[in-house]
Amino acid sequence: MRARIPFALSALTAGLLGAGQAAANDPVELTMYYPVAVGGALTDVVDGLVEDFENEHPDIDVEAIYAGNYDDTRVRAMSAMEAGDTPQLSVMFSIDLYELLEQDAIVAFDDLVESDAEREWLDSFYPGLMENGRLDGKTYGIPFQRSTIVLFWNKDAFEAAGLDPETPPENWEQMAEMAATVREASDGDQWGVMVPSTGYPYWMFQAFAFQNGHRLMSEDGTEVYFDDPAAIEALEYWVSLADEHDAMPDDTIEWGTLRQNFIEESTAMMWHTTGNLSAVRSDADFDFGVAMLPMKTQRGSPTGGGNFYVFKDTTEEEQRAAMTFIRWMTAPERAAAWSIETGYMGVSPAAYETEALRDYVEDFAPAAVARDQLEHSTAELSTYQGGRVRRALDNAVQAALTGQMTPEEALTQAQQEAEGVLRRYAR
Amino acid sequence: MTLTAHGKLQLYGALLLLPAAVLLAAFAYLPTIMTVINSLFLPGFRGEPAEFVGVENYQVLFDDPTFWKVARNNLLYALGTIPTSIALALGMALFVNGKLPGRGFVRMAYFTPTILPMIAAANIWMFFYAPQIGLFNSLLEALGFSGVNWLGNPSVALGSVIVMSVWKEAGFFMIFYLAALQSIPPELKEAADLEGTGRWSFFWRVTFPLLMPTTLFVLINALINAVRVVDHLFILTKGGPNNATNLLLYYVYENAFSFFDRTTAATITVVILLVLAVVATLKFTILDRRTHYQ
Repeated sequence: MRARIPFALSALTAGLLGAGQAAANDPVELTMYYPVAVGGALTDVVDGLVEDFENEHPDIDVEAIYAGNYDDTRVRAMSAMEAGDTPQLSVMFSIDLYELLEQDAIVAFDDLVESDAEREWLDSFYPGLMENGRLDGKTYGIPFQRSTIVLFWNKDAFEAAGLDPETPPENWEQMAEMAATVREASDGDQWGVMVPSTGYPYWMFQAFAFQNGHRLMSEDGTEVYFDDPAAIEALEYWVSLADEHDAMPDDTIEWGTLRQNFIEESTAMMWHTTGNLSAVRSDADFDFGVAMLPMKTQRGSPTGGGNFYVFKDTTEEEQRAAMTFIRWMTAPERAAAWSIETGYMGVSPAAYETEALRDYVEDFAPAAVARDQLEHSTAELSTYQGGRVRRALDNAVQAALTGQMTPEEALTQAQQEAEGVLRRYAR
Repeated sequence: MTLTAHGKLQLYGALLLLPAAVLLAAFAYLPTIMTVINSLFLPGFRGEPAEFVGVENYQVLFDDPTFWKVARNNLLYALGTIPTSIALALGMALFVNGKLPGRGFVRMAYFTPTILPMIAAANIWMFFYAPQIGLFNSLLEALGFSGVNWLGNPSVALGSVIVMSVWKEAGFFMIFYLAALQSIPPELKEAADLEGTGRWSFFWRVTFPLLMPTTLFVLINALINAVRVVDHLFILTKGGPNNATNLLLYYVYENAFSFFDRTTAATITVVILLVLAVVATLKFTILDRRTHYQ
């Protein structure tokens, strides 16, 4: 892959630069990979934060390397590990937990904390964001760029279709109706709603299933429940948005171009990660609102995004330094600044109590929707052999949306595949 | 110790070959052998040692319907890209080899897609293909047709990927044809004109046979590219929807890095290597005999 070459070069350069500085004052050197999944200038934000940290902590030197999307970052970190060049810490997909554990790659934060203040810090985050980072009572992932799925709606389009621009759909039925109304009123020019079905289809499907009161996996990551009637009903509803209501385009909808679709007003509503909020705010030249996802029997969205992990194959000194860095990065003021810059959630209640974020939320109400939705959230789909299990579900969702299979057939097949893969892990 | 003249020559030759041999051994032969060995073992579950299972991994692979789907996709992809890009390359080369105004500009225009990195090109094409806001559907709608979900509809997605690959590759192959065309002596054309040979029969009787070595070279390259280049899939479709555009190498990548299943990845790699070796051998033995080298 050609992406490797510049990476190797930059790693080399980083090594050389690092070596030069080490001779000067011998700081602890940390390498961190991190992903950006929503585009935009997030790398600048991270670089700025790292610079601030280094100014405050001259004894620690952090090399933050942007590594692509979540999958790329996992590959980079794992390859570096296999090459004997383990990074000290990384931001990786929150759902990589089981894989990282199976590879014996990471350490629990419980074994790193020393003081009471640090122990308190471990408990300072929203519990909903910790679900994907904890296993058997130990904490392995610290939430950083975390999101949920929210509904973005175009108020101008609602008004043009004769709907109340200030009222987003409350439930499935309303969403289908409102979306169909927009479609009709625009004479087929504008779609009512788009839910992305490439990239992370399983994630969107989890929201539908959870709104229908159904969780797709067991807490210990060894079982999945894809073919439950509630799950089938959820997928049937998703398919019906295109098939019956003519409110959503046929076939799959691309994750990567969806935001552009919304900004160019080719759809009146979209489901997308909160991580897009700041970008939509700066690009949209119409009035838009952000709401919690609609409900069937309950509200619901999976959480998503990246956690900090500390790697095992590093010295104790480096692990301590990594923790200092992570604590600094997730402190309320930084969490608030990060949330304002990106749209990702402030990861702790304290972040929303900072003046900066409080003022921001007051001025721009959509910024609080993700937080408010957190109490209705569920952990992102994460199991042993997660790559295969998620792929099975992705395929099922796409097969149903493209009309290759009925939702029931597709989910039954995904369930069988997942069970085959997970057989050895049942406790 | 003194060497005979013959021995010196032998040593000299061996030293000349050494750098290439070391590089090939380190980056081609050794990984190949490791891959074959990997494909014969089942990794241990939770720290248990790996177990030798012989060809069992191959049996499991051949029972995997996704593998056959991906292999079929790759065959269609090869059939879709190879002849088209070669024909297009030849056509473009003939066109820009003739006298036409702005020839340098046209040549450059044809070659531009080759210079773009595949990832960049794929990002551009993703917005060409985007169903509501993309270039192609805007054109179709201007002509009064309804749009197509180019990458989201499983029955057209592979075709869309093929079109982009042809666009990317044809210009590169054109360069080889252009060079070959310019090495054909102009006397042949003059002689043919004297004899009153038509353009069509001159092309089939003289130009095309003289281009055969280039065609063979381009054919092998196109075949290798059909298996080797999957960068665009990372951007365009990620192999979806429901594996409709998944190709062998991308499937290898998925197995190795998304599923952490190195064994399956190694097994598929060995199968790819074997198939490519057989095809290349066939090509060289059959086509080489019919190829006229000057």
